[in-house]
Amino acid sequence: MRSIMLGNEAVARGAYEAGVRVVSSYPGTPSTEITESTARYSGIHTEWAPNEKVALEVAIGASVAGGRSMSAMKHVGLNVAADPLFTLAYTGVGAGLVVVVADDPGMHSSQNEQDSRRYAVAARVPMLEPADSAECRSFVLRAFELSERFDTPVLVRLTTRVAHSRTAVETGERLEAPLRAFVHDPAKYVMMPSNAKARRVVLESRIAELARYCEDEAESAGLHRWIRKGTRLGVVTSGIGFSYAEEALPDASILKLGMVWPVPVGLVRRFAATVDRLVVVEELDPVLETELRAAGIELEGKGLLPRIGEYSAATLRRALGDDDRKPAAFAPGSLPEAPVRPPVLCAGCPHKGVFLALARVKAVVCGDIGCYTLGALPPMKAMDTCVCMGASIGMAHGMDMAAGREFAARTIAVIGDSTFLHSGMTGLLNTVYNGGASTVLILDNSITGMTGHQQNPSTGKDIHGNAAPAVDLEALCRALGVRRVRVVDPNDTFATERALREEMAVPEPSVLIARSPCALLPDACRDDVLYRVEPSACTKCRACLKAICPAMSGGYDGPVVIDPEMCNGCGLCARFCKFDAIRKEDATS
Amino acid sequence: MTSSLLSCNILLAGVGGQGTLVAGRILGEVALTLGLDAKVSEVHGMSQRGGSVVTYVRMSPSVGPPLIDEGEVDYLLAFEQLEGLRWAPSLVQGGTLVVNALMIRPLTVSIGAATYPEGIPDLLERAAAGRAKVIALDGSALAAANGSPKSLNVVMIGVFAARSGLPKEAFVSAIDRVFPEKLRAMNQSAFAAGFEKGRTA
Repeated sequence: MRSIMLGNEAVARGAYEAGVRVVSSYPGTPSTEITESTARYSGIHTEWAPNEKVALEVAIGASVAGGRSMSAMKHVGLNVAADPLFTLAYTGVGAGLVVVVADDPGMHSSQNEQDSRRYAVAARVPMLEPADSAECRSFVLRAFELSERFDTPVLVRLTTRVAHSRTAVETGERLEAPLRAFVHDPAKYVMMPSNAKARRVVLESRIAELARYCEDEAESAGLHRWIRKGTRLGVVTSGIGFSYAEEALPDASILKLGMVWPVPVGLVRRFAATVDRLVVVEELDPVLETELRAAGIELEGKGLLPRIGEYSAATLRRALGDDDRKPAAFAPGSLPEAPVRPPVLCAGCPHKGVFLALARVKAVVCGDIGCYTLGALPPMKAMDTCVCMGASIGMAHGMDMAAGREFAARTIAVIGDSTFLHSGMTGLLNTVYNGGASTVLILDNSITGMTGHQQNPSTGKDIHGNAAPAVDLEALCRALGVRRVRVVDPNDTFATERALREEMAVPEPSVLIARSPCALLPDACRDDVLYRVEPSACTKCRACLKAICPAMSGGYDGPVVIDPEMCNGCGLCARFCKFDAIRKEDATS
Repeated sequence: MTSSLLSCNILLAGVGGQGTLVAGRILGEVALTLGLDAKVSEVHGMSQRGGSVVTYVRMSPSVGPPLIDEGEVDYLLAFEQLEGLRWAPSLVQGGTLVVNALMIRPLTVSIGAATYPEGIPDLLERAAAGRAKVIALDGSALAAANGSPKSLNVVMIGVFAARSGLPKEAFVSAIDRVFPEKLRAMNQSAFAAGFEKGRTA
């Protein structure tokens, strides 16, 4: 059947058709919909793990027990899962195991720009890279075959434009991949030095076999494509780079690599011999370029094309083709500049008040990854650092240890519920164990918010929305050794501010849990209530604009206005109005 | 269609939460119904949170990359005035710009750090100087009159359907496929209102 699918949905479709039994992942843009989609197929056990390391370990267990398994994550998630990945390369698999990693060139929704092909090289794991949704499906099917044939995990790399584009896919039926028998084989699966030394040798000989496959078979297997056109220019590329080359350089011959590691050096050498000029088109790092240069192949790459950010057809046209653009409708300079529209904390976000409180107590804020990172933006500017998942707590402790007790009284770690469970709780354990005195503020919005509402171990629901045990965050923090654990309602900005001042002042570790569900959750959405400004009472003092709410505007020439469509009824703005101009209304009347 | 009947680049520009993703899905379904190749590129995650969002839709017998390069947009469907202004430079000469009258002030404007240009539809009309068709409409009001302000995306698709000359039935069936039963009648009515607006513009 032909349908139009998101790249991520097509990855899930491929996994379904490959007979996958277990999928375990942690959400992260642009990979999240892969796992949300496998959850919709019957016959696949899908779960959200608390972090990517656990997710991959679950997949490894499933594979060793004989079931095909998969784990999907964003590029920085693979950093977390790198520990099991590197040794998984030694053990190999039971049944097929595929790790899908989605890179984010251009950093649409990420803290860095990482090229996951480096992991294939470093861990010595083969990697496939699809260019569109149809290939997402077919390459995942191929990846499972390769995984079992060569007894290796296989990495499949996506980039944002592949993961988040909808393109046509021809789907097939699910293969029956029967459960393989579990084999007790400690020499293969127990990686202590004596066994690992033997597996190290296996790993190298496997890579040699994979390199031969990549040279001799991958083209006929539908992974590589050699498009013979002109001889003046040849392009070696992979993934989304292929579509840019195809569009921008219609006369060029193209060698599109579907298997990007090991690099098929012999194939590229043969291709190079057919063209006058060879250019490597690869977003981010010069991975192909480096290997091909080392093999003595003459080419151009990063000297010609950027190393930073996403490419487009225009990038290649500017560097290589005729940049003869069609005339634009609007002459340059004929229109005024549009003011920027940065992302903001949502209207009605109950945790917005926390940042206003943080700004008032003049805290040094170690932030973390999630919606609340937006608290770093003006006008709140209530965040001093943000590095990676869970970093806030360790960093706050480090600040305290370096800068002393007085500084410690001003530092605070701010982290969301899902991020705390991902990798924040080990940081808190460290703070307690090493005699720290940090204050940790957990913003508990009862969901994994930024990635689009995924369940986590604190929400009381599993990936399907079925009831699941909910971890008790207060009890957990106490069990880690924190004696001062308090819960506050972040909607009450002033109470939150008082609690912050008290906890930051005490010379021992403390946890403040600001608990209020995400305003976009169906149960939290206040459809019944909205707030309206009474124009005659508004003095245009703009105190209410401190609520930094996207639903509010005005207050300069005319009174403040609240857009009824956008108002979620939180009432934060009304708390700032000294003139009772902001009034609660029944939205249902 | 402007460039050729079988090849078309559409840019949907709006503010996170306005329904551009669903509009993109509908257009993808339309292309598939017509036997065309289609690619729809979306933005998820952080930039969705009340920020500027764009969805690229390309349809042709064989589509290259999912992104549309600047100056290659045949139809710009702006769900909000300021986003229409922001993306106008991407429109090709002879293209069509549909701009919804809705104004959503970005935070930079609300806090007084920037000003929201006045009368954007007129500015666009004047600056286009006949090199593009500019259609200004109060799509949000049309959507509200036909059931829900949330159907703005389908109103905008209705305008596009009328201007593109593509078979109307392909849109009607795509809307039925994308929406669940209880939302179909409302969205068909919003589509019809947009189509009428596009036909007479």
